[in-house]
Amino acid sequence: MTNRATWFRIAYTAMAGIVILTGILVSNAYHLQLLTFIGINTLLALGLNMLMGYAGQISLGHAAFYGIGAYTTAILTVHYGISPWMALPAAILIAMAVAYIVGVPTLKLSGYYLGMGTLGFGMIVHILFREWSSVTGGASGFIGIPPLELGPISFTSGRNYFYLVWALVLLSIIICQRIIDSRIGRGLRAIHDGEKAAKAVGVNTSALKLQVFVLSAALSALAGFLYAHLVYFISPGTFDFITSIRMVTMVVIGGMASIWGALLGASLLTLLPEWLHSFSEFEMVVYGLVLMTVMIFLPQGLTRGLMDLYERSKKSQT
Amino acid sequence: MSDQKKAKPDNRPLLEVSAVSKSFGGVHAVRDVSFSLIPGTITGLIGPNGAGKTTLFNLITGVFPANRGQITFDGTATHKFRINDLVSRGIARTFQNVELFESMTVLENILVGQHTRTRCGIWGSIFRFPWVRREERQARENAMTLLTSVGIDAYADQPSGDLPFGWQRLLELARALAAQPKLLLLDEPAAGLNITETAQLGELIQKIQQQGITILLVEHDMSLTMTVSDKIIVLDQGQKIAEGLPREVQENEAVVKAYLGTTEN
Repeated sequence: MTNRATWFRIAYTAMAGIVILTGILVSNAYHLQLLTFIGINTLLALGLNMLMGYAGQISLGHAAFYGIGAYTTAILTVHYGISPWMALPAAILIAMAVAYIVGVPTLKLSGYYLGMGTLGFGMIVHILFREWSSVTGGASGFIGIPPLELGPISFTSGRNYFYLVWALVLLSIIICQRIIDSRIGRGLRAIHDGEKAAKAVGVNTSALKLQVFVLSAALSALAGFLYAHLVYFISPGTFDFITSIRMVTMVVIGGMASIWGALLGASLLTLLPEWLHSFSEFEMVVYGLVLMTVMIFLPQGLTRGLMDLYERSKKSQT
Repeated sequence: MSDQKKAKPDNRPLLEVSAVSKSFGGVHAVRDVSFSLIPGTITGLIGPNGAGKTTLFNLITGVFPANRGQITFDGTATHKFRINDLVSRGIARTFQNVELFESMTVLENILVGQHTRTRCGIWGSIFRFPWVRREERQARENAMTLLTSVGIDAYADQPSGDLPFGWQRLLELARALAAQPKLLLLDEPAAGLNITETAQLGELIQKIQQQGITILLVEHDMSLTMTVSDKIIVLDQGQKIAEGLPREVQENEAVVKAYLGTTEN
């Protein structure tokens, strides 16, 4: 326990150091924006990883919570002139409330059926964003979302926004890691390993699944909030089925049941399309091939795969 | 030995199963079964395959409700409680096919076993209040004590799936004890164990009884069941056909016909 705690403290400090250094060294606005997107996607993957990797429950509709976060802040700040900082808790709380209402009946399902249930939910919310045009701006999107400002600090410049997002990523990582290393986290992993046995040792499996579903919705809504105030413009297409699938892919590619896997998966899936621009019309083909290759050779995801490679190389040296 | 135990004071029963029936789509798995367990005793539940033993276990632990009849635990009817509520009230169990949390270490399995005896929630885990740290430390100490008592403390940090099968059984038993049960249900704990391991298990079961825990034991190993049990209940085709001291049951004609007669004994 103490070793583990020390190790994590080192990892967090290292990560904070890397973030600060990156912010200083990278000055290209495009690169900063890309790194900021990695941070936002990490928040998405982190929340879903808690649900999929630790509790073993799939969701194919998580883009809905991402969208609820983005649209809530857009509507509150633009239509009602509320400060974004007041809109942030509102966005998170609304996403959590929706997750709770949806989660109570849906989480009674499991396996494929849970997948179908959450898929349906995601589609309904997406249609709502597109068709409720008087509020959401409809298919053409929602324009004029204000930038974030905190007194004299404006988060319009790439660097400030980069720091804001990554500070929140680091905070979220610490929160998730602490939950995993607690009684709650052990209960979640027990559900993942065997729900029958988890119940038999007294874990209230339905309550715990619901809690982690709500938590993952909160992280997705936070990501949605940050996305909306980064790009000032949102449209329903960003929060569709494909985004839900991309979130699942980040979790699986990065490595289930791994906090750092979320970071790796989000990085790869954000950077890959950028690297593959040169393939022009073959971009999606190569993209698919890369993902297939990772899954074939590192079926446990990047984190576990890289750890195994490292240990094998250490063994072959001795 | 059994005479001495027979002299135990006739306490209020810890568990009372009265006229309980359960059927699955026309198949009567358990029919009109009644019995009660006196605190601190070991009761052996035997019967041929398909006699309804596992169904009875699932009824007592609240996996599914009975169609008819009532189960009373510690003075309260159990049907309105969920499984986890029954665990916190004091019913723990092990499974016929060991059900460990294989991605977790041996120690972590015991920590999950204490789930109902600890209370840290999401906020507690995020903020790590002093009482949360204290609780966690205490839970770890308890877990190590339990592991020591079943003799696998040296493997506390091993993945539980890596343990040899016999030790996995011990770990599962320790995990059930971590819930500090009043009633412990053991579903074929000797299955897959060799003779030495079975003998050790028998001693362990008696040690658990000495702590005042009531035990209901389903077991095919007759010598183990007959040695440790204060009372034997025999099920056949969902019905109770005999109940009594081990010696009495072995001589019971219906039992011999239904069950013992079919084996070498």
